Amino acid sequence: MEAFHMPSLGADMEAGTLVEWLKQPGDAVKRGDVIAVIDTQKGAIEIEVFNDGIVDSQLVDVGTTVPVGTPLAMIRGESEAAGGGEPPPAPEPPVRKAEAAAPPAPPSAAEPARAPEAAAAPGARRSISPAARRLAESRGIDIASLSGTGPGGAIELADVAAALGGAPEAQKRPAEPMSGMRVAIAAAMARSKREIPHYYLWNTIDLTRADAYVAGHNADRPPDERILVAALFVKAVALACGKYPEFSGHFEDGRFRPAETVHVGVAINIRGGGLVAPAIHDTASLTTEALMAAMRDLVARVRAGRFRATELSDPTITVSSLGERGVEALFGVIYPPQVAIVGFGMPAERPWIENGTVAPRRIVTATLAADHRVSDGHRGALFLNEIDRLLQEPEKL
Amino acid sequence: MTQDEIEAVLIRELHRIAPDIEIDTVDRDGDLREEFDIDSMDFLNLVAALSKATGAEMPESDYAQMASVNAMLAYLGTAAP
Repeated sequence: MEAFHMPSLGADMEAGTLVEWLKQPGDAVKRGDVIAVIDTQKGAIEIEVFNDGIVDSQLVDVGTTVPVGTPLAMIRGESEAAGGGEPPPAPEPPVRKAEAAAPPAPPSAAEPARAPEAAAAPGARRSISPAARRLAESRGIDIASLSGTGPGGAIELADVAAALGGAPEAQKRPAEPMSGMRVAIAAAMARSKREIPHYYLWNTIDLTRADAYVAGHNADRPPDERILVAALFVKAVALACGKYPEFSGHFEDGRFRPAETVHVGVAINIRGGGLVAPAIHDTASLTTEALMAAMRDLVARVRAGRFRATELSDPTITVSSLGERGVEALFGVIYPPQVAIVGFGMPAERPWIENGTVAPRRIVTATLAADHRVSDGHRGALFLNEIDRLLQEPEKL
Repeated sequence: MTQDEIEAVLIRELHRIAPDIEIDTVDRDGDLREEFDIDSMDFLNLVAALSKATGAEMPESDYAQMASVNAMLAYLGTAAP
């Protein structure tokens, strides 16, 4: 049984309002099915489930606003029994049921002695419900920083949810709370640095041919049909993944599954803070023009906060390109469960030697951060060199 | 188009791309991309929108003449039919 959470879909999204349930308890769902519609500051967004299964229960009523990360529904595997009768004696179900049935009781006469942290003696091990622990860990929340309102000062799911952005004003906040977007980035990047043994390589690539190709392509075209060199970067990475499949896929449950189709995630900066890297589906199959159109569409939708939740989970490798403003190189942090991220710094004019002659050339520093559980530096070097080779023949991309 | 109409279009499109930046707070002679914190993709989208709105072709070879708010206004003043 897995909880389905209120996703974070934008830099300033801290909470969402459930507008409509499109799947009811007992309905079978497949990965990618739209389960509900939520309303955010950016408008209504359809949210999708990530696993196949059956909707077991809905935990949030239509019209309710809840913080990012709040469980919205429980989804059980197809083999699991319905409602509470889970085969393994997991401690979660009763806890979850209790919370689902009785949302955080107001501090009324019923429990006068339930002052926060009253019973949490200094140094004592914090008591925390399994569901609360799981939510806290999945969102990168330090359990020690939480105060519990459950029996004996125990930390309950609602306490974690409150710490994620819905904390009542009465509670003292020593520091600015992180936005939902920052919480999501923090959790993913902390997991990446904890679990993925990164190695890093870089390579300088001469852009003379790529620039000439872009300039020639754009010369007679209206702005709508122009391309950016970034589209060539993304296409070259996608094609290189075809030859070096160990850089495109997902590492899950202790093993690497190479992707059958390369979906490059394109890192897009969000104004006001944060970034997302949604997928461009089947990147290698797109012409440069079609890829450029897809990237423009993606940027426009990210800016408007209108991308589908699955676009965030589909990428099999990420490309982060700093563009014309930035620094010479970036070393990426792999977005789990992916196993590689390719970075392109800001293209810059540098002295370049070819055939014994020094000449100014526009070059770009391409970097690779890859997962040592899946590949090693030798293959990584070949992969980066393949990207270089592809960018020297831009007309073939 | 009058210069006032061109300015109104430019301000509208800049606001669409960079809604968090107030036009009154920027240096109109400063680098457009720096002042509005826009990247190559944003700039291309800006050029596309301005080209549609004004009828100017705005070829890539002229981008250097569009480097600031004032430069862009001057450029569109002559390039727009």
